[in-house]
Amino acid sequence: MEILFAITIGVLVACSVYLMLANHLLRFIFGLVLISNAANLTIFVAGRLTDGAPPLIPVGADAPAIAANALPQALVLTAIVIGFGLFAFAIVLVFRAWTSLNSLTPDEMRLAEPEEAHK
Amino acid sequence: MSWLLALPIAIPFLTAVATFLARDIPAGRWLSVIGSGILLIAAIVLMNAVLSEGVIAGQMGGWAAPFGITLVADLLSAVMVLITAIVSVAVSIYALADVDEKMERLGYHALFSMLIAGVVGAFVTGDLFNLYVWFEVMLIASFGLLVLGGRPEQIDGGVKYVALNLVSTIMFLTGIGLLYGMTGTLNMADLATAVDNADQQLLTVVAVLFMIAFGVKAAVFPLFFWLPASYHTPAFSVSAVFAGLLTKVGVYALLRMFTLVFDNDTAFTHTILLWVAGFTMVVGVLGAAAQSDMRKILSFHIVSQIGYMILGLALLTPLAIVGAVFYLVHHIVVKANLFLIAGVAQRIAGGTELSRIGGLYKSAPFLAILFVVPAFSLAGFPPLSGFWAKFLLVKATLEIEAWFIAFIALAVGLLTIYSMTKIWAQAFWEPHPDGVEPKLSKLSAHDRNAFLIPIAGLAILTVIIGTMPEPFVHFAERSAAQLLDPTAYITAVLGEQP
Repeated sequence: MEILFAITIGVLVACSVYLMLANHLLRFIFGLVLISNAANLTIFVAGRLTDGAPPLIPVGADAPAIAANALPQALVLTAIVIGFGLFAFAIVLVFRAWTSLNSLTPDEMRLAEPEEAHK
Repeated sequence: MSWLLALPIAIPFLTAVATFLARDIPAGRWLSVIGSGILLIAAIVLMNAVLSEGVIAGQMGGWAAPFGITLVADLLSAVMVLITAIVSVAVSIYALADVDEKMERLGYHALFSMLIAGVVGAFVTGDLFNLYVWFEVMLIASFGLLVLGGRPEQIDGGVKYVALNLVSTIMFLTGIGLLYGMTGTLNMADLATAVDNADQQLLTVVAVLFMIAFGVKAAVFPLFFWLPASYHTPAFSVSAVFAGLLTKVGVYALLRMFTLVFDNDTAFTHTILLWVAGFTMVVGVLGAAAQSDMRKILSFHIVSQIGYMILGLALLTPLAIVGAVFYLVHHIVVKANLFLIAGVAQRIAGGTELSRIGGLYKSAPFLAILFVVPAFSLAGFPPLSGFWAKFLLVKATLEIEAWFIAFIALAVGLLTIYSMTKIWAQAFWEPHPDGVEPKLSKLSAHDRNAFLIPIAGLAILTVIIGTMPEPFVHFAERSAAQLLDPTAYITAVLGEQP
């Protein structure tokens, strides 16, 4: 199971690096979404995958041999929520860039750092 | 004692709520000043407690460490919280004149308080995942502040800032995941001992992941490009607080993690840091030399100065850490102040582009004096604070006979003087190209006070640190001792170890 997850994460990261290196902001955002999901999966796998094991044990009961680790899921949930907020902002920002700069090509966005005038 | 640790976080949060609710009322801007004032008091109380009792730790939510969320303050955390509060007070007063009503209605003050909450949270947390959350709080507030107003240059700078910082965030998150998988804990004090049992080679890989993540935040070579692309675009009070605090949170995180947790393979990690430090210093100062806009010059100098702090961490001798801590504190005061002064220059002389302004020395001699203090402190002139910071670091390099990096540190100091004299000559000495007399009396009395009081206050602080360095150096020594021997830190968080 871990192998499968590892391959999935690898493919996600590869795709997202390809997308992020494209000279286009929208692709960059898509790449970012993918790589953040890869990071979330990494945390999930790092907490050990347990199949059908209980995360909570009643008070007084004997602990089973294998118990599920609930912490990584809490971490991933937090990361997803934070990531959602960040991406919402990033997408609006890219939209604003499109309306006010008329371009989504980072190479053409030189307002804040104008190219040196050739003398 | 845990309320002492939670207060510096809770106060800016409450201030943010209050200022957001009062964003349409003109008196609402004073809430921001009052909130910063209360934060300063809380920071002083915390500092006192840490000075008298040593490291303070508290468990939030009543779960014992390492399972609960730990807040912990050692001397470094306490001084960073204190200096954050000082900058927060200065900038919130400055904002009374700098921030217009339109930005206030959009929620400038609420975002500003949120940013301070994030910064303080990052300084006092003792949990790695919690550190990530504070980074995000800080980041999202800084995104808002950066593009507030929505001028096209801001959007342009904002895109680059957001993009690179999000990548760094994901690196950080991946690093956390891997570290958790290896050790089963995210409590920083617990990690300090837990990493000893982990696979050391894998640990070094994770350390480098963290180095990159924090390196982007700290704006070190070759990861700093977002900084000069964006820091000159927002309002001056915003760029002052960014310049003072944001990159320093990255430096703090590096300083914390690479003394507490990742000290297993220093021959590898700290050698990388040493190279990074050298290149950061040189590239930053050369970048500044090529610029002709006051804020862009100052932005590149942030990068170059970060190099000095990383140098202290990379050498990892007691004296070098003392230098790094001293440098960190001195730099926040000086750098925030220089951006505040640039804001006044822009207001009375009509710009920050050096070729378009001038005559400030003749028409506004008081501002000129106030500029000289932080500018020459930055360059390392005695008897200002920057001299001692550089002195400690150069002495640390000479002590271990690292001649080359000592030479670089001194040469970069010289080039810093070049940049500062360039600003001095063109903005202050030469007459204004349009024949304008940039007098301070052009400003209304309210604006003048709001601008000059925080600038003068920070300048006085620089002079105090410079002329009476002994208590500050002594403090930095104690703080460095805590960093290099984290027993007190670990005991405070986890209790007595068997």
